[in-house]
This record gives sequence, C-alpha cells and structure tokens, in this order.
Amino acid sequence: MTSLAVLLRKPLSPLRGAGRTDLGAWPVVAGLAVIAVVFGSLNDRFLSAENLTNLALQMAATGTISLGIIMVVLLGEIDLSAGSVSGLAAVIMTILYVNRGWDPVPAIGVALAGAALIGLLHGWMFTRLGMPSFVVTLAGLIGWQGLMLYLLGSGGTINLPFDGFLARLSDTWLPAWAAWLIAALIVAAWTAGGLLNHRLRRAADLPVPSSLALALRLGALALALAAVVTVLSADRGVPLLLVIFGALVVALDLTLRHTVFGRHMYAVGGNAEAARRAGINVTRIRLIAFAAASTLAACGGILAASRLAAVNQSSGSSDTLLMAIAAAVIGGTSLFGGRGRAYAALLGILVIQSITNGMLLLNVDSSVRYMVTAAVLAVAVALDSLARRGQPR
Amino acid sequence: MLSAHTISKRYGAVQALDGVSLDLPPGEVVALVGDNGAGKSTLVKVLSGVVTPDDGLIEQDGRPVRLGTPHDAQRLGVSTVHQDLALCENLDVVANLFLGDERRRWSVLRHIRMERSARDLLGSLDVRIRDIRVPVAMLSGGQRQSVAIARALVGEPRVVILDEPTAALGVEQTAQVLDLIRRLRDRGLAVLVISHNLADVRAVSDRIVVLRLGRNAGEFRTTESTPEAVVAAITGGTP
Repeated sequence: MTSLAVLLRKPLSPLRGAGRTDLGAWPVVAGLAVIAVVFGSLNDRFLSAENLTNLALQMAATGTISLGIIMVVLLGEIDLSAGSVSGLAAVIMTILYVNRGWDPVPAIGVALAGAALIGLLHGWMFTRLGMPSFVVTLAGLIGWQGLMLYLLGSGGTINLPFDGFLARLSDTWLPAWAAWLIAALIVAAWTAGGLLNHRLRRAADLPVPSSLALALRLGALALALAAVVTVLSADRGVPLLLVIFGALVVALDLTLRHTVFGRHMYAVGGNAEAARRAGINVTRIRLIAFAAASTLAACGGILAASRLAAVNQSSGSSDTLLMAIAAAVIGGTSLFGGRGRAYAALLGILVIQSITNGMLLLNVDSSVRYMVTAAVLAVAVALDSLARRGQPR
Repeated sequence: MLSAHTISKRYGAVQALDGVSLDLPPGEVVALVGDNGAGKSTLVKVLSGVVTPDDGLIEQDGRPVRLGTPHDAQRLGVSTVHQDLALCENLDVVANLFLGDERRRWSVLRHIRMERSARDLLGSLDVRIRDIRVPVAMLSGGQRQSVAIARALVGEPRVVILDEPTAALGVEQTAQVLDLIRRLRDRGLAVLVISHNLADVRAVSDRIVVLRLGRNAGEFRTTESTPEAVVAAITGGTP
C-alpha cells in the first residue's frame, strides 16, 4: 500500500503544490482525451460542434457552484448546502422578477445578498458555535430546500419570460469576431504578465523561469482558446454563459494567488493554528469563505434557472451538489484543505459533465449514470487521500 | 538587554515559578535547562507575553516593561520559535517567512519583493534550501526548523527564544541548526535556548541557567562547567 502511495505521489506531488499546479492539469487533460476518444467512438455526435456547445452551456451553472465549493474545501471544510442554496436563490430571484415585477438586476442582487447572508449564518454556526461544517451545511441542505419549496408554494413551477433579460442571458452568443478578440486579449494579457514577471525577477536578481516554458504555456493557452472558439463558432457561437463562468474562474484564481486574502485562505487551510499565531484573523477568513461559497452557489443557481427559463421544485436538487463537489475534487482540490486552484472547477466540471453528457447521448439509464458519477468521485477522492498519505514528513 | 527579576507564577496549588531571575545580554546564547516541571515552559511563556507573572519585574535595557500579550513581546523585539514550529506545510518557504506580515501594495501580494528579502535573509543565515518555492512539506526537519528560526527574524527582533530546537532532529540536521543558532549570536542577538539535550546545550551555549522546582538552581559559564555539575544542579544531587 505504501509503495502504491509513493507511486501515485510521484506524478502527483509536484503537481499539487499550492504554487506550482501548472503541470497539475495533465492527468485531467489525459482523462479528458480518454473520455473524448471513448464517447466519440461510441457516438459520432459526441464531438460535434452542436453537442460541445451544449456541453459548454451545461457546464456553466454547476461549474460556478463548484467554484464556491472550492472556497470552503480549501479551508478543509465542506459545504453540502450549495445545491439547495442555488435553488433557493434562483426561486427568490424568480419570485421577485416574475411575480413581483421587479427589474431583473435588483432581483438578482437581492438573491445574491440573501445567499451571502445564508453563507454568513453557516460560517457563524461553524466558527462561533463550533459546529462541524458537515453538520451545519447538512442542515442547510435540507432546510434551504424546504424554504425553497415553501416559497414555490403549490404551483411548483414558475416560468421566466422567454424574451426577458434572464432567459436571454443563456441564449446570447458571441459573434465570431468578438470571441476571437476576447481570446486574443486573454493571450496578450497573459503574455504581458509573463514578460513583466520575467523582467521584474531579472531586475531583482531572482532566478528567472525559462522563456521556453513560458512560450510553451502561452502556445498551449492560445491553441486551447483557438480550438474552443473555432468549435463553438461552428455552431451557434461562444455562449455568454461560458464567458461569465470563465471570467469568474479567472477572477477567483487571481484573487486566491495574488492577494493577501487568498494567501490567508491557503494558510488557514494548511494549518489554522499556525495562521492564528501568525496574527491572521481565522474566523474572518472562514466567514468570508462560507459567504463566498453560498454566493457563488446562488450565481450558479441563477445561471441554471436562466438556461431552463424556469424554476421548479427540483431546482438545485438531485445530483447538482454531488457534481459540484466531484468537479472540485477531480480538478485537483484537496478535501484536506490548503491545496487546489480555481481552475479545478473548470477542469473538473469539464470531466464530469462530459461523462454525463456522453452517457445521456448513449441513452444510458440514469441509474447507471449515478453509479458512474459516484465511482469517478470516489476514485478522485481516493487519489487525493493517497497523495496526502504519501507526503514526506 | 532583556532581564527578568524574581518572577513568580502560581497555577492554583502549583507554584510554577518562585522568584526566578534570568538575564539575556546581546550576543550571548543562554541555555535554559531543567527537569520536566522545573518551570522552563512557564518562564518562556512569561517572556513571550503568553502568561502574565503574579510577581516580579521584566526589564529591557534597564527600563521596566510590560509583557501583557504576545503582541507586546513582539513589539519589544522578543521573538519565540515554538517547538511545533507553526509552519503551513502547504505553503512555500517565502509564504511561510512572511505569513501574517505579507509585503503588499493595497491588498495585492508583492511576490518579488518578498522572495528577494527571503533569499537575502536565508543567505545571510547560510540556510541552504535548494528551491524555496516548494511547499514546506517537502523540506527536511532541519530545514523546517531553519525556516521557523528565519521567520522569527523577519520582524528584526533583538531577543530570540527557541523552544527545543533540536528535539526532533537527526545528528547532521542538529549540527545545521546549532550552526544557525551561533550565527544568531554573531548577529548580536540575545538567544535563549530551551533544551533537554545537554550535549547540544554544551555545544552551542555560552551560559547555562538551571531551573529546579520553579527556582534558580545554578548558573554556569559553559566552558568552565563540568557536565556532572550541571546534572547535579538539575537533579538536586551533589556532584
């Protein structure tokens, strides 16, 4: 068992460090390639532009919830209420927007603020009352779903107007020129950042990473973005939903890696006692993480409602939570805290949604789908546990 | 520089410290030794501001000072490296050195400035770590101890207290850490080392202070003392 752990750690350990996860994507990328080959050969529609566009749409909502999960998982905690909170926020937003006739933007604002308060409540119960986060959010899982059903009342379903702001949110497609422009800007910004970093490091007489590695990474990024834009433009175009999700991922990643708050998140996740002694306000970090998790869950719920153009009794229920947690872990976020990046949500949801999408195309029964999804999650967590056990002390 | 006079501290029925005095002059390594329950930890807690003594006086440069909180101690330039090091194993060396005291512009980390200072600090202490950007979990015990000690120096303290710095280390790593302690002394810092290991104590200290049952039980110039005399002071026997 030990040798197995060491074997597993060898390829994983340098990839999972907080600072250098650039290689960490490779196992997931390999997994994606396998998924593409397997489902592509079983069903010729899997790799079609239309299906890949659907995949991009399906990813955004659960992926955003998964981003929130990452916030608490980085602290070594868990948020089981994310699915219910996403459904509740979508219902609050829809009731204000449709039944009360509010403008969509304030309705969304109220829903997000409500979710942030829910997250703060979870955080307060966890930090002040000392309840395990597992129990707090398990209560949330049931309680907030109950509140959602209560608010929905006997009707059960509220439709969003098809020509309204919210429904159009998920039916907006970037024209090809805009998509290419955004892709070019991203590559340009990353290039500028990389070159600036090299220059500053040279000026400070610090070791400079090889230019070749930077060039390769930029090449890979440019290639990946070009592939995405080409494929999606061949169908309806790049969906706005994907752009929103991508922007959230990038924003969260920059926050986690380059701000004092992000550094303190990793510190609390790695060793809360050491963080406390270093003068970090651990309670504040935890409260913010729980509030951010619920807020991001609400964002995901609103995106899901937009895609469905309705909210109903199953909003945010069934396997939403499982998929979101699985995505975070598959993407390389450690459930033991302190390790992982925001990109985990993007990569993880890509894997898990591809599997789900592929099985749906093959008309696999939902019973089998659940079992496969659970197996993928279990394998990802097992790898995480073994990698942790194999760490040198 | 820092000196404690007739410090007493009582926990309920236990008199942990009973009129203990300790002087920490600059550029000297003082070893604090004693059996379990002799009051070493309590004295360290008093000096690092964790515990307030019932009685006694703490002076810095001849002026009485108050060490009410760990923050007070840090402000007065007293830095403590606890036995458990308190490092975040998932963060790299740079992040650990500046933990809680990150160099920033607004809220954005200044990675390059921190890495430059970290390399300068580790270089001046002759601490060799091949790659300071790897998580601390990848380092050896001696390297971690060195990082913890270097971190104590980030705030430019005048007094460094090391609690059992060699307890968990092998022979070679112990030698590294003892070298590092000598370099702290050469920088003109006052160093207090708490240790159970008399061999290490004799190797690194200039002066040995013995506590026994909460009282001063002997004080030796290391070079002029015999191991038997120190052991006798610790156990209360006669040499």
